[in-house]
Amino acid sequence: MDLTPLDAIVRLIWLAGAVGFVIGLSQMNSPATARTGNLISASGMAMAIGATALYLLVRPGASFNLTGWIIILVGIAVGGGYGLYSARTVKMTAMPQLVSLFNAVGGGAAALIAIDEYLRHAGAAPGLQENVATVLDIAIGSVTFTGSLIASGKLMGLKITPSRPVMIPGGRLVTIVLALVVVVGAGYLFTGNYNVAVMVAILAASLIFGITLAMPIGGADMPVVISLLNSFTGTAVAMAGFVLNNPVLIIAGALVGASGAILTKLMADAMNRSILNIMIGGFGGGDSTVSSVGAGGPGGSVREVSLDDAAIQLAYASSVIVVPGYGLAVAQAQHACRELADILEHRGVEVRYAIHPVAGRMPGHMNVLLAEANVPYPQLWEMEDINPEFNRCDVALVIGANDVTNPAARRPGSPVSGMPILDVDHAKSIIVMKRSMGRGYAGIDNELYVNPKTGMLFKDAKAGLAELIAAVKGL
Amino acid sequence: MNGDPAVTSMPIDLAFTIFVLAIMCGVAVISKVPATLHTPLMSGANSIHGIVLVGAMIIAVTADNPVSYVISFLAVAFATLNVVGGYVVTDRMLQMFRKRPAAAKPADPTADKASKAEG
Repeated sequence: MDLTPLDAIVRLIWLAGAVGFVIGLSQMNSPATARTGNLISASGMAMAIGATALYLLVRPGASFNLTGWIIILVGIAVGGGYGLYSARTVKMTAMPQLVSLFNAVGGGAAALIAIDEYLRHAGAAPGLQENVATVLDIAIGSVTFTGSLIASGKLMGLKITPSRPVMIPGGRLVTIVLALVVVVGAGYLFTGNYNVAVMVAILAASLIFGITLAMPIGGADMPVVISLLNSFTGTAVAMAGFVLNNPVLIIAGALVGASGAILTKLMADAMNRSILNIMIGGFGGGDSTVSSVGAGGPGGSVREVSLDDAAIQLAYASSVIVVPGYGLAVAQAQHACRELADILEHRGVEVRYAIHPVAGRMPGHMNVLLAEANVPYPQLWEMEDINPEFNRCDVALVIGANDVTNPAARRPGSPVSGMPILDVDHAKSIIVMKRSMGRGYAGIDNELYVNPKTGMLFKDAKAGLAELIAAVKGL
Repeated sequence: MNGDPAVTSMPIDLAFTIFVLAIMCGVAVISKVPATLHTPLMSGANSIHGIVLVGAMIIAVTADNPVSYVISFLAVAFATLNVVGGYVVTDRMLQMFRKRPAAAKPADPTADKASKAEG
Protein backbone atom coordinates (compact mmCIF):
# COMPACT_ATOMS: atom_id res chain seq x y z
CA MET A 1 0.00 0.00 0.00
CA ASP A 2 1.35 3.38 -0.95
CA LEU A 3 1.16 6.15 1.57
CA THR A 4 0.85 9.67 0.31
CA PRO A 5 2.61 12.26 2.47
CA LEU A 6 -0.81 13.36 3.71
CA ASP A 7 -1.66 9.79 4.70
CA ALA A 8 1.61 9.47 6.53
CA ILE A 9 1.17 12.71 8.45
CA VAL A 10 -2.41 11.89 9.44
CA ARG A 11 -1.39 8.43 10.59
CA LEU A 12 1.44 9.83 12.64
CA ILE A 13 -0.88 12.29 14.33
CA TRP A 14 -3.32 9.45 15.04
CA LEU A 15 -0.42 7.55 16.57
CA ALA A 16 0.47 10.57 18.69
CA GLY A 17 -3.15 10.69 19.85
CA ALA A 18 -3.02 7.02 20.83
CA VAL A 19 0.22 7.65 22.73
CA GLY A 20 -1.59 10.46 24.53
CA PHE A 21 -4.29 8.01 25.63
CA VAL A 22 -1.73 5.55 27.00
CA ILE A 23 0.25 8.22 28.84
CA GLY A 24 -2.97 9.77 30.10
CA LEU A 25 -4.16 6.46 31.53
CA SER A 26 -0.80 5.66 33.08
CA GLN A 27 -0.77 9.05 34.81
CA MET A 28 -3.97 7.97 36.56
CA ASN A 29 -1.95 5.87 38.98
CA SER A 30 -1.51 8.77 41.38
CA PRO A 31 -3.91 11.52 42.42
CA ALA A 32 -1.08 14.00 42.03
CA THR A 33 -0.63 13.38 38.30
CA ALA A 34 -4.08 12.18 37.33
CA ARG A 35 -5.47 15.54 36.30
CA THR A 36 -2.55 16.23 33.98
CA GLY A 37 -3.00 12.72 32.63
CA ASN A 38 -6.59 13.47 31.74
CA LEU A 39 -5.51 16.64 29.96
CA ILE A 40 -2.87 14.72 28.01
CA SER A 41 -5.51 12.20 27.02
CA ALA A 42 -7.86 15.02 25.97
CA SER A 43 -5.09 16.62 23.91
CA GLY A 44 -4.48 13.28 22.19
CA MET A 45 -8.18 13.18 21.40
CA ALA A 46 -8.16 16.72 20.02
CA MET A 47 -5.16 15.90 17.83
CA ALA A 48 -6.73 12.73 16.48
CA ILE A 49 -9.98 14.52 15.66
CA GLY A 50 -8.17 17.50 14.15
CA ALA A 51 -6.05 15.22 11.97
CA THR A 52 -9.18 13.43 10.80
CA ALA A 53 -10.84 16.70 9.87
CA LEU A 54 -7.74 17.79 7.96
CA TYR A 55 -7.57 14.49 6.15
CA LEU A 56 -11.22 14.53 5.20
CA LEU A 57 -10.89 18.09 3.88
CA VAL A 58 -7.83 17.71 1.72
CA ARG A 59 -7.73 14.01 0.87
CA PRO A 60 -7.10 13.55 -2.83
CA GLY A 61 -9.85 12.60 -5.22
CA ALA A 62 -12.79 13.55 -3.08
CA SER A 63 -15.32 16.26 -3.63
CA PHE A 64 -16.32 18.54 -0.80
CA ASN A 65 -19.45 17.13 0.82
CA LEU A 66 -21.17 20.23 2.21
CA THR A 67 -24.09 18.34 3.76
CA GLY A 68 -21.68 15.98 5.45
CA TRP A 69 -19.72 18.83 6.98
CA ILE A 70 -22.84 20.63 8.14
CA ILE A 71 -23.91 17.42 9.80
CA ILE A 72 -20.55 17.11 11.52
CA LEU A 73 -20.61 20.68 12.78
CA VAL A 74 -24.22 20.56 13.97
CA GLY A 75 -23.67 17.13 15.51
CA ILE A 76 -20.60 18.37 17.38
CA ALA A 77 -22.46 21.46 18.55
CA VAL A 78 -25.43 19.46 19.81
CA GLY A 79 -23.47 16.61 21.39
CA GLY A 80 -20.70 18.83 22.70
CA GLY A 81 -23.08 21.42 24.07
CA TYR A 82 -25.13 18.90 25.97
CA GLY A 83 -21.98 17.09 27.12
CA LEU A 84 -20.45 20.28 28.45
CA TYR A 85 -23.64 21.34 30.17
CA SER A 86 -24.40 18.01 31.81
CA ALA A 87 -20.81 17.34 32.85
CA ARG A 88 -20.53 20.75 34.46
CA THR A 89 -23.81 20.68 36.33
CA VAL A 90 -24.02 17.08 37.49
CA LYS A 91 -23.86 16.45 41.21
CA MET A 92 -21.11 14.07 42.24
CA THR A 93 -23.63 11.63 43.69
CA ALA A 94 -25.41 11.57 40.32
CA MET A 95 -22.20 11.12 38.38
CA PRO A 96 -22.40 7.34 37.84
CA GLN A 97 -25.57 7.69 35.79
CA LEU A 98 -24.00 10.40 33.66
CA VAL A 99 -20.89 8.33 32.98
CA SER A 100 -23.23 5.49 32.13
CA LEU A 101 -25.09 7.73 29.70
CA PHE A 102 -21.83 8.76 28.01
CA ASN A 103 -20.97 5.11 27.77
CA ALA A 104 -24.32 4.35 26.16
CA VAL A 105 -23.94 6.94 23.43
CA GLY A 106 -20.35 5.85 22.73
CA GLY A 107 -21.57 2.31 22.14
CA GLY A 108 -24.50 3.63 20.13
CA ALA A 109 -22.18 5.64 17.88
CA ALA A 110 -20.00 2.59 17.27
CA ALA A 111 -23.04 0.51 16.32
CA LEU A 112 -24.36 3.24 14.01
CA ILE A 113 -21.07 3.33 12.11
CA ALA A 114 -21.25 -0.39 11.43
CA ILE A 115 -24.90 -0.16 10.40
CA ASP A 116 -24.14 2.64 7.96
CA GLU A 117 -21.14 0.86 6.49
CA TYR A 118 -23.22 -2.26 6.04
CA LEU A 119 -26.04 -0.43 4.26
CA ARG A 120 -23.53 1.09 1.85
CA HIS A 121 -22.59 -2.29 0.49
CA ALA A 122 -25.96 -2.34 -1.28
CA GLY A 123 -26.36 -5.91 -2.37
CA ALA A 124 -22.77 -7.12 -2.28
CA ALA A 125 -21.75 -8.86 0.92
CA PRO A 126 -18.58 -7.43 2.45
CA GLY A 127 -15.58 -9.70 2.88
CA LEU A 128 -15.53 -12.07 5.84
CA GLN A 129 -13.23 -9.89 7.94
CA GLU A 130 -15.38 -6.83 7.56
CA ASN A 131 -18.49 -8.92 7.99
CA VAL A 132 -17.32 -10.33 11.31
CA ALA A 133 -16.27 -6.91 12.58
CA THR A 134 -19.57 -5.38 11.44
CA VAL A 135 -21.73 -7.96 13.16
CA LEU A 136 -19.66 -7.81 16.36
CA ASP A 137 -19.76 -4.02 16.33
CA ILE A 138 -23.54 -3.92 15.84
CA ALA A 139 -24.17 -6.60 18.47
CA ILE A 140 -21.80 -5.31 21.17
CA GLY A 141 -22.52 -1.65 20.49
CA SER A 142 -26.28 -2.17 20.72
CA VAL A 143 -26.08 -4.25 23.89
CA THR A 144 -24.01 -1.59 25.58
CA PHE A 145 -26.29 1.17 24.27
CA THR A 146 -29.51 -0.15 25.79
CA GLY A 147 -27.73 -1.83 28.72
CA SER A 148 -26.04 1.42 29.76
CA LEU A 149 -29.24 3.41 29.31
CA ILE A 150 -31.06 0.99 31.61
CA ALA A 151 -28.19 1.10 34.09
CA SER A 152 -28.28 4.88 33.98
CA GLY A 153 -32.04 4.86 34.53
CA LYS A 154 -31.66 2.48 37.44
CA LEU A 155 -29.06 4.73 39.02
CA MET A 156 -31.43 7.66 38.62
CA GLY A 157 -34.15 5.55 40.20
CA LEU A 158 -36.59 6.08 37.33
CA LYS A 159 -39.95 4.37 37.72
CA ILE A 160 -39.60 2.19 34.64
CA THR A 161 -36.12 1.12 35.72
CA PRO A 162 -36.25 0.64 39.49
CA SER A 163 -32.91 0.17 41.19
CA ARG A 164 -33.96 -3.14 42.67
CA PRO A 165 -33.34 -6.21 40.51
CA VAL A 166 -36.21 -6.74 38.10
CA MET A 167 -36.68 -10.32 37.05
CA ILE A 168 -37.95 -10.66 33.52
CA PRO A 169 -40.50 -13.45 33.22
CA GLY A 170 -38.88 -16.32 31.36
CA GLY A 171 -35.71 -14.25 31.34
CA ARG A 172 -33.38 -17.10 30.61
CA LEU A 173 -35.51 -18.37 27.75
CA VAL A 174 -35.65 -14.87 26.27
CA THR A 175 -31.88 -14.60 26.56
CA ILE A 176 -31.38 -17.91 24.79
CA VAL A 177 -33.73 -16.93 21.98
CA LEU A 178 -32.00 -13.57 21.53
CA ALA A 179 -28.58 -15.19 21.52
CA LEU A 180 -29.81 -17.69 18.94
CA VAL A 181 -31.06 -14.89 16.69
CA VAL A 182 -27.66 -13.20 16.81
CA VAL A 183 -25.65 -16.39 16.29
CA VAL A 184 -27.81 -17.80 13.49
CA GLY A 185 -28.07 -14.40 11.82
CA ALA A 186 -24.33 -13.89 12.04
CA GLY A 187 -23.71 -17.35 10.60
CA TYR A 188 -26.02 -16.59 7.69
CA LEU A 189 -24.27 -13.30 6.93
CA PHE A 190 -20.79 -14.76 7.33
CA THR A 191 -21.45 -17.32 4.62
CA GLY A 192 -21.58 -14.55 2.06
CA ASN A 193 -25.22 -13.50 2.08
CA TYR A 194 -26.12 -9.82 2.04
CA ASN A 195 -29.39 -9.28 3.83
CA VAL A 196 -30.45 -6.06 5.52
CA ALA A 197 -33.40 -7.74 7.25
CA VAL A 198 -31.07 -10.21 8.96
CA MET A 199 -28.82 -7.37 10.01
CA VAL A 200 -31.80 -5.53 11.48
CA ALA A 201 -32.84 -8.71 13.31
CA ILE A 202 -29.39 -8.94 14.87
CA LEU A 203 -29.61 -5.28 15.81
CA ALA A 204 -33.03 -5.68 17.39
CA ALA A 205 -32.07 -8.82 19.29
CA SER A 206 -28.96 -7.08 20.65
CA LEU A 207 -30.89 -4.00 21.72
CA ILE A 208 -33.39 -6.17 23.61
CA PHE A 209 -30.56 -8.24 25.04
CA GLY A 210 -29.04 -5.09 26.53
CA ILE A 211 -32.30 -4.46 28.37
CA THR A 212 -32.66 -8.00 29.66
CA LEU A 213 -29.02 -7.91 30.73
CA ALA A 214 -29.29 -4.77 32.84
CA MET A 215 -32.81 -5.02 34.29
CA PRO A 216 -32.11 -7.86 36.76
CA ILE A 217 -29.05 -6.10 38.19
CA GLY A 218 -29.47 -4.77 41.71
CA GLY A 219 -28.14 -1.45 42.95
CA ALA A 220 -25.12 -2.79 44.81
CA ASP A 221 -23.92 -4.70 41.76
CA MET A 222 -23.82 -1.53 39.69
CA PRO A 223 -20.05 -0.97 39.94
CA VAL A 224 -19.51 -4.33 38.25
CA VAL A 225 -22.05 -3.76 35.52
CA ILE A 226 -20.92 -0.25 34.71
CA SER A 227 -17.33 -1.35 34.26
CA LEU A 228 -18.45 -4.32 32.19
CA LEU A 229 -20.49 -2.10 29.88
CA ASN A 230 -17.56 0.30 29.63
CA SER A 231 -15.43 -2.60 28.50
CA PHE A 232 -18.09 -3.55 25.94
CA THR A 233 -18.10 -0.08 24.46
CA GLY A 234 -14.33 -0.16 24.12
CA THR A 235 -14.60 -3.45 22.27
CA ALA A 236 -17.37 -2.11 20.04
CA VAL A 237 -15.22 0.90 19.15
CA ALA A 238 -12.29 -1.38 18.33
CA MET A 239 -14.64 -3.35 16.05
CA ALA A 240 -15.67 -0.10 14.38
CA GLY A 241 -11.94 0.39 13.82
CA PHE A 242 -11.80 -2.96 12.05
CA VAL A 243 -14.80 -2.01 9.92
CA LEU A 244 -13.21 1.29 8.89
CA ASN A 245 -9.62 -0.07 8.93
CA ASN A 246 -8.76 2.72 11.29
CA PRO A 247 -5.80 2.12 13.63
CA VAL A 248 -6.60 4.80 16.20
CA LEU A 249 -10.09 3.40 16.77
CA ILE A 250 -8.59 -0.06 17.23
CA ILE A 251 -5.97 1.12 19.70
CA ALA A 252 -8.28 3.32 21.77
CA GLY A 253 -11.05 0.74 21.76
CA ALA A 254 -8.71 -2.04 22.85
CA LEU A 255 -7.26 0.10 25.64
CA VAL A 256 -10.70 0.85 27.03
CA GLY A 257 -11.86 -2.71 26.54
CA ALA A 258 -8.90 -3.95 28.58
CA SER A 259 -9.27 -1.36 31.32
CA GLY A 260 -12.97 -2.04 31.67
CA ALA A 261 -12.34 -5.77 31.85
CA ILE A 262 -9.77 -5.35 34.63
CA LEU A 263 -12.02 -3.09 36.65
CA THR A 264 -14.90 -5.51 36.21
CA LYS A 265 -12.76 -8.32 37.55
CA LEU A 266 -11.55 -6.22 40.50
CA MET A 267 -15.12 -5.24 41.38
CA ALA A 268 -16.41 -8.78 41.10
CA ASP A 269 -13.54 -10.01 43.28
CA ALA A 270 -14.34 -7.36 45.88
CA MET A 271 -17.81 -8.82 46.16
CA ASN A 272 -16.54 -12.35 45.93
CA ARG A 273 -18.92 -13.14 43.10
CA SER A 274 -18.34 -14.29 39.60
CA ILE A 275 -19.31 -11.95 36.80
CA LEU A 276 -21.69 -14.62 35.53
CA ASN A 277 -23.36 -14.84 38.92
CA ILE A 278 -23.93 -11.09 38.95
CA MET A 279 -25.28 -11.14 35.41
CA ILE A 280 -27.79 -13.80 36.30
CA GLY A 281 -28.73 -11.71 39.30
CA GLY A 282 -28.92 -14.31 42.02
CA PHE A 283 -27.96 -12.33 45.09
CA GLY A 284 -29.97 -9.23 45.77
CA GLY A 285 -33.00 -10.67 44.05
CA GLY A 286 -34.44 -12.86 46.70
CA ASP A 287 -34.65 -11.36 50.13
CA SER A 288 -37.37 -13.89 50.75
CA THR A 289 -35.23 -16.90 49.92
CA VAL A 290 -32.29 -15.79 52.03
CA SER A 291 -33.45 -16.06 55.57
CA SER A 292 -31.76 -14.14 58.30
CA VAL A 293 -30.60 -17.39 59.88
CA GLY A 294 -27.65 -17.38 57.51
CA ALA A 295 -25.04 -19.51 59.16
CA GLY A 296 -26.74 -19.61 62.49
CA GLY A 297 -25.24 -16.27 63.38
CA PRO A 298 -24.87 -15.54 67.06
CA GLY A 299 -27.90 -14.07 68.68
CA GLY A 300 -27.48 -11.35 71.21
CA SER A 301 -28.97 -8.00 71.75
CA VAL A 302 -28.31 -4.70 70.15
CA ARG A 303 -26.91 -1.98 72.36
CA GLU A 304 -27.79 1.62 71.69
CA VAL A 305 -25.29 4.31 72.42
CA SER A 306 -26.30 7.83 73.41
CA LEU A 307 -25.19 10.79 71.38
CA ASP A 308 -23.12 12.25 74.20
CA ASP A 309 -21.46 8.95 74.89
CA ALA A 310 -20.55 8.60 71.22
CA ALA A 311 -19.20 12.15 71.18
CA ILE A 312 -17.02 11.49 74.22
CA GLN A 313 -15.68 8.27 72.73
CA LEU A 314 -14.75 10.05 69.52
CA ALA A 315 -13.33 13.18 71.11
CA TYR A 316 -11.05 11.34 73.52
CA ALA A 317 -9.87 8.68 71.13
CA SER A 318 -6.37 8.85 69.73
CA SER A 319 -7.29 7.15 66.48
CA VAL A 320 -10.64 7.01 64.67
CA ILE A 321 -11.43 5.18 61.46
CA VAL A 322 -14.52 6.31 59.59
CA VAL A 323 -16.21 3.66 57.47
CA PRO A 324 -18.47 5.43 54.98
CA GLY A 325 -21.01 3.53 52.94
CA TYR A 326 -23.47 4.47 50.30
CA GLY A 327 -25.94 5.51 52.99
CA LEU A 328 -23.64 8.44 53.68
CA ALA A 329 -23.71 9.49 50.06
CA VAL A 330 -27.47 9.08 49.78
CA ALA A 331 -27.92 11.34 52.79
CA GLN A 332 -25.48 13.85 51.19
CA ALA A 333 -23.59 13.72 54.46
CA GLN A 334 -20.04 13.67 53.14
CA HIS A 335 -19.53 17.35 53.99
CA ALA A 336 -20.82 16.88 57.54
CA CYS A 337 -18.58 13.86 57.81
CA ARG A 338 -15.51 15.87 56.89
CA GLU A 339 -16.53 18.61 59.32
CA LEU A 340 -16.67 16.10 62.16
CA ALA A 341 -13.29 14.75 61.09
CA ASP A 342 -11.83 18.27 61.09
CA ILE A 343 -13.07 18.97 64.58
CA LEU A 344 -11.67 15.68 65.82
CA GLU A 345 -8.33 16.38 64.16
CA HIS A 346 -8.15 19.74 65.85
CA ARG A 347 -8.49 17.89 69.11
CA GLY A 348 -5.52 15.77 68.11
CA VAL A 349 -7.41 12.67 67.00
CA GLU A 350 -5.98 10.82 64.04
CA VAL A 351 -8.82 10.36 61.52
CA ARG A 352 -8.72 8.04 58.54
CA TYR A 353 -11.31 6.71 56.15
CA ALA A 354 -11.64 3.04 55.28
CA ILE A 355 -12.96 2.68 51.75
CA HIS A 356 -14.31 -0.63 50.57
CA PRO A 357 -13.74 -1.13 46.83
CA VAL A 358 -17.45 -1.35 46.07
CA ALA A 359 -18.60 1.51 48.28
CA GLY A 360 -20.80 3.65 46.08
CA ARG A 361 -22.40 3.02 42.74
CA MET A 362 -19.35 2.78 40.52
CA PRO A 363 -15.79 1.65 41.13
CA GLY A 364 -14.11 4.04 43.56
CA HIS A 365 -17.19 6.27 43.81
CA MET A 366 -16.84 6.90 47.54
CA ASN A 367 -13.37 8.38 47.06
CA VAL A 368 -14.77 10.94 44.65
CA LEU A 369 -17.61 11.85 46.99
CA LEU A 370 -15.22 12.39 49.89
CA ALA A 371 -12.76 14.25 47.70
CA GLU A 372 -15.62 16.53 46.73
CA ALA A 373 -16.08 17.29 50.41
CA ASN A 374 -12.39 18.29 50.50
CA VAL A 375 -11.19 15.24 52.36
CA PRO A 376 -7.47 15.10 51.56
CA TYR A 377 -6.75 11.93 49.61
CA PRO A 378 -3.92 10.68 51.88
CA GLN A 379 -6.66 10.09 54.48
CA LEU A 380 -8.55 7.76 52.12
CA TRP A 381 -7.30 4.26 52.81
CA GLU A 382 -7.92 1.21 50.71
CA MET A 383 -9.25 -1.94 52.30
CA GLU A 384 -6.03 -4.00 52.33
CA ASP A 385 -4.05 -1.15 53.85
CA ILE A 386 -6.53 -0.14 56.54
CA ASN A 387 -7.60 -3.58 57.74
CA PRO A 388 -4.51 -4.20 59.92
CA GLU A 389 -5.04 -0.73 61.39
CA PHE A 390 -8.40 -1.52 62.94
CA ASN A 391 -6.61 -3.44 65.72
CA ARG A 392 -4.93 -0.25 66.78
CA CYS A 393 -7.83 2.11 66.43
CA ASP A 394 -9.94 3.24 69.36
CA VAL A 395 -13.21 3.91 67.60
CA ALA A 396 -14.54 2.77 64.26
CA LEU A 397 -17.40 4.99 63.11
CA VAL A 398 -19.56 3.18 60.56
CA ILE A 399 -21.85 5.51 58.63
CA GLY A 400 -24.29 4.00 56.17
CA ALA A 401 -22.22 0.91 55.44
CA ASN A 402 -23.63 -2.52 56.10
CA ASP A 403 -22.73 -5.72 54.26
CA VAL A 404 -19.07 -4.78 53.77
CA THR A 405 -18.63 -4.80 57.56
CA ASN A 406 -20.44 -8.06 58.29
CA PRO A 407 -18.11 -10.52 60.05
CA ALA A 408 -20.35 -13.34 58.81
CA ALA A 409 -18.42 -13.05 55.56
CA ARG A 410 -15.46 -14.79 57.20
CA ARG A 411 -17.45 -17.98 57.77
CA PRO A 412 -18.90 -20.22 55.09
CA GLY A 413 -22.64 -20.64 54.80
CA SER A 414 -23.75 -17.04 54.59
CA PRO A 415 -24.74 -15.20 51.41
CA VAL A 416 -21.84 -12.82 51.96
CA SER A 417 -19.33 -15.59 52.72
CA GLY A 418 -15.94 -14.98 51.24
CA MET A 419 -16.65 -11.38 50.40
CA PRO A 420 -13.68 -9.27 51.47
CA ILE A 421 -14.81 -7.07 54.34
CA LEU A 422 -13.45 -4.23 56.41
CA ASP A 423 -12.31 -5.61 59.78
CA VAL A 424 -14.39 -3.11 61.70
CA ASP A 425 -15.00 -5.59 64.51
CA HIS A 426 -11.29 -5.50 65.37
CA ALA A 427 -11.58 -1.94 66.63
CA LYS A 428 -11.66 -1.35 70.37
CA SER A 429 -15.05 0.27 70.10
CA ILE A 430 -17.53 0.53 67.28
CA ILE A 431 -20.21 3.14 66.66
CA VAL A 432 -22.69 2.39 63.91
CA MET A 433 -24.78 5.26 62.65
CA LYS A 434 -27.80 3.90 60.85
CA ARG A 435 -31.40 4.85 60.45
CA SER A 436 -32.86 1.53 61.52
CA MET A 437 -32.00 -2.12 61.90
CA GLY A 438 -32.91 -2.56 58.22
CA ARG A 439 -30.88 -5.04 56.26
CA GLY A 440 -28.31 -4.30 53.65
CA TYR A 441 -28.33 -5.36 50.06
CA ALA A 442 -27.54 -8.99 50.83
CA GLY A 443 -30.74 -9.17 52.86
CA ILE A 444 -29.11 -10.62 55.96
CA ASP A 445 -28.56 -9.38 59.49
CA ASN A 446 -25.21 -7.85 60.27
CA GLU A 447 -23.48 -9.66 63.13
CA LEU A 448 -21.46 -6.56 63.79
CA TYR A 449 -24.54 -4.92 65.32
CA VAL A 450 -24.84 -7.50 68.08
CA ASN A 451 -21.16 -7.35 68.92
CA PRO A 452 -20.81 -6.26 72.58
CA LYS A 453 -18.32 -3.61 71.48
CA THR A 454 -20.84 -2.04 69.15
CA GLY A 455 -23.05 0.88 70.04
CA MET A 456 -25.85 1.74 67.64
CA LEU A 457 -26.77 5.33 66.93
CA PHE A 458 -30.11 5.21 65.15
CA LYS A 459 -30.02 8.39 63.13
CA ASP A 460 -30.03 9.63 59.58
CA ALA A 461 -26.43 10.18 58.52
CA LYS A 462 -26.71 13.90 57.89
CA ALA A 463 -28.79 14.83 60.93
CA GLY A 464 -26.87 12.42 63.13
CA LEU A 465 -23.52 13.85 62.11
CA ALA A 466 -24.73 17.39 62.73
CA GLU A 467 -25.80 16.39 66.24
CA LEU A 468 -22.50 14.60 66.81
CA ILE A 469 -20.58 17.67 65.69
CA ALA A 470 -22.55 19.84 68.11
CA ALA A 471 -21.99 17.34 70.91
CA VAL A 472 -18.23 17.13 70.30
CA LYS A 473 -17.99 20.92 70.13
CA GLY A 474 -19.80 21.14 73.46
CA LEU A 475 -17.24 19.00 75.24
CA MET B 1 -16.35 1.95 2.51
CA ASN B 2 -13.74 0.06 0.62
CA GLY B 3 -12.47 1.97 -2.34
CA ASP B 4 -13.51 5.25 -0.85
CA PRO B 5 -10.46 7.40 -0.28
CA ALA B 6 -11.78 8.46 3.12
CA VAL B 7 -11.36 4.98 4.50
CA THR B 8 -7.79 3.97 5.04
CA SER B 9 -6.81 0.45 4.25
CA MET B 10 -4.88 -1.88 6.48
CA PRO B 11 -4.09 -5.58 6.22
CA ILE B 12 -6.13 -7.60 8.72
CA ASP B 13 -3.10 -9.24 10.32
CA LEU B 14 -1.62 -5.84 11.06
CA ALA B 15 -4.92 -4.57 12.42
CA PHE B 16 -5.23 -7.61 14.66
CA THR B 17 -1.64 -7.23 15.89
CA ILE B 18 -2.35 -3.64 16.87
CA PHE B 19 -5.54 -4.75 18.62
CA VAL B 20 -3.86 -7.43 20.72
CA LEU B 21 -0.85 -5.30 21.65
CA ALA B 22 -3.13 -2.42 22.64
CA ILE B 23 -5.10 -4.75 24.92
CA MET B 24 -1.89 -5.87 26.61
CA CYS B 25 -0.78 -2.29 26.92
CA GLY B 26 -4.11 -1.42 28.54
CA VAL B 27 -3.81 -4.27 31.01
CA ALA B 28 -0.26 -3.25 31.95
CA VAL B 29 -1.17 0.39 32.45
CA ILE B 30 -4.45 -0.06 34.29
CA SER B 31 -3.29 -2.70 36.76
CA LYS B 32 -1.25 -0.06 38.59
CA VAL B 33 -4.11 2.34 39.28
CA PRO B 34 -5.13 2.48 42.96
CA ALA B 35 -8.75 1.96 43.99
CA THR B 36 -8.92 5.59 45.07
CA LEU B 37 -8.85 6.60 41.43
CA HIS B 38 -11.05 3.91 39.94
CA THR B 39 -13.93 6.26 39.22
CA PRO B 40 -11.86 8.88 37.37
CA LEU B 41 -10.04 6.05 35.63
CA MET B 42 -13.28 4.60 34.39
CA SER B 43 -14.60 7.95 33.42
CA GLY B 44 -11.32 8.77 31.68
CA ALA B 45 -11.36 5.49 29.78
CA ASN B 46 -14.97 6.23 28.98
CA SER B 47 -13.97 9.48 27.29
CA ILE B 48 -11.25 7.72 25.31
CA HIS B 49 -13.75 5.53 23.52
CA GLY B 50 -15.28 8.76 22.30
CA ILE B 51 -12.55 8.44 19.65
CA VAL B 52 -15.38 6.79 17.75
CA LEU B 53 -16.05 10.39 16.67
CA VAL B 54 -13.27 9.91 14.11
CA GLY B 55 -15.29 7.09 12.55
CA ALA B 56 -18.50 9.10 12.76
CA MET B 57 -16.86 11.99 10.89
CA ILE B 58 -15.62 9.63 8.19
CA ILE B 59 -19.08 8.22 7.54
CA ALA B 60 -20.64 11.69 7.60
CA VAL B 61 -18.32 13.04 4.91
CA THR B 62 -18.71 9.98 2.71
CA ALA B 63 -22.49 9.81 3.12
CA ASP B 64 -24.58 10.25 -0.03
CA ASN B 65 -28.16 9.44 0.91
CA PRO B 66 -30.66 10.61 3.53
CA VAL B 67 -30.44 7.43 5.63
CA SER B 68 -26.68 7.73 5.82
CA TYR B 69 -26.95 11.39 6.71
CA VAL B 70 -29.35 10.68 9.56
CA ILE B 71 -27.23 7.83 10.88
CA SER B 72 -24.03 9.84 10.70
CA PHE B 73 -25.63 12.84 12.37
CA LEU B 74 -26.67 10.65 15.31
CA ALA B 75 -23.25 9.04 15.40
CA VAL B 76 -21.43 12.39 15.43
CA ALA B 77 -23.70 13.84 18.12
CA PHE B 78 -23.45 10.70 20.28
CA ALA B 79 -19.69 10.48 19.94
CA THR B 80 -19.15 14.16 20.72
CA LEU B 81 -21.36 13.88 23.80
CA ASN B 82 -19.16 10.98 24.86
CA VAL B 83 -15.90 12.87 24.27
CA VAL B 84 -16.76 16.27 25.67
CA GLY B 85 -18.89 15.10 28.58
CA GLY B 86 -16.39 12.39 29.47
CA TYR B 87 -13.34 14.62 29.65
CA VAL B 88 -15.09 17.47 31.43
CA VAL B 89 -16.63 15.28 34.12
CA THR B 90 -13.32 13.45 34.63
CA ASP B 91 -11.51 16.73 35.03
CA ARG B 92 -14.10 17.90 37.54
CA MET B 93 -13.61 14.77 39.58
CA LEU B 94 -9.85 14.92 39.48
CA GLN B 95 -9.56 18.50 40.58
CA MET B 96 -11.26 17.48 43.80
CA PHE B 97 -8.43 15.18 44.77
CA ARG B 98 -6.25 17.39 46.87
CA LYS B 99 -3.59 16.81 49.39
CA ARG B 100 -4.66 19.46 51.88
CA PRO B 101 -8.13 20.88 52.29
CA ALA B 102 -6.57 24.31 52.62
CA ALA B 103 -5.40 24.09 49.03
CA ALA B 104 -9.02 24.09 47.94
CA LYS B 105 -9.34 27.39 46.19
CA PRO B 106 -12.44 28.01 44.13
CA ALA B 107 -11.60 28.06 40.46
CA ASP B 108 -14.36 26.00 38.94
CA PRO B 109 -18.10 25.55 38.62
CA THR B 110 -18.24 23.44 41.76
CA ALA B 111 -16.39 26.11 43.68
CA ASP B 112 -19.34 27.57 45.53
CA LYS B 113 -20.25 24.19 46.88
CA ALA B 114 -16.69 23.52 47.96
CA SER B 115 -16.25 26.87 49.62
CA LYS B 116 -19.53 26.50 51.43
CA ALA B 117 -18.29 23.23 52.80
CA GLU B 118 -15.22 24.98 54.07
CA GLY B 119 -17.18 27.60 55.94
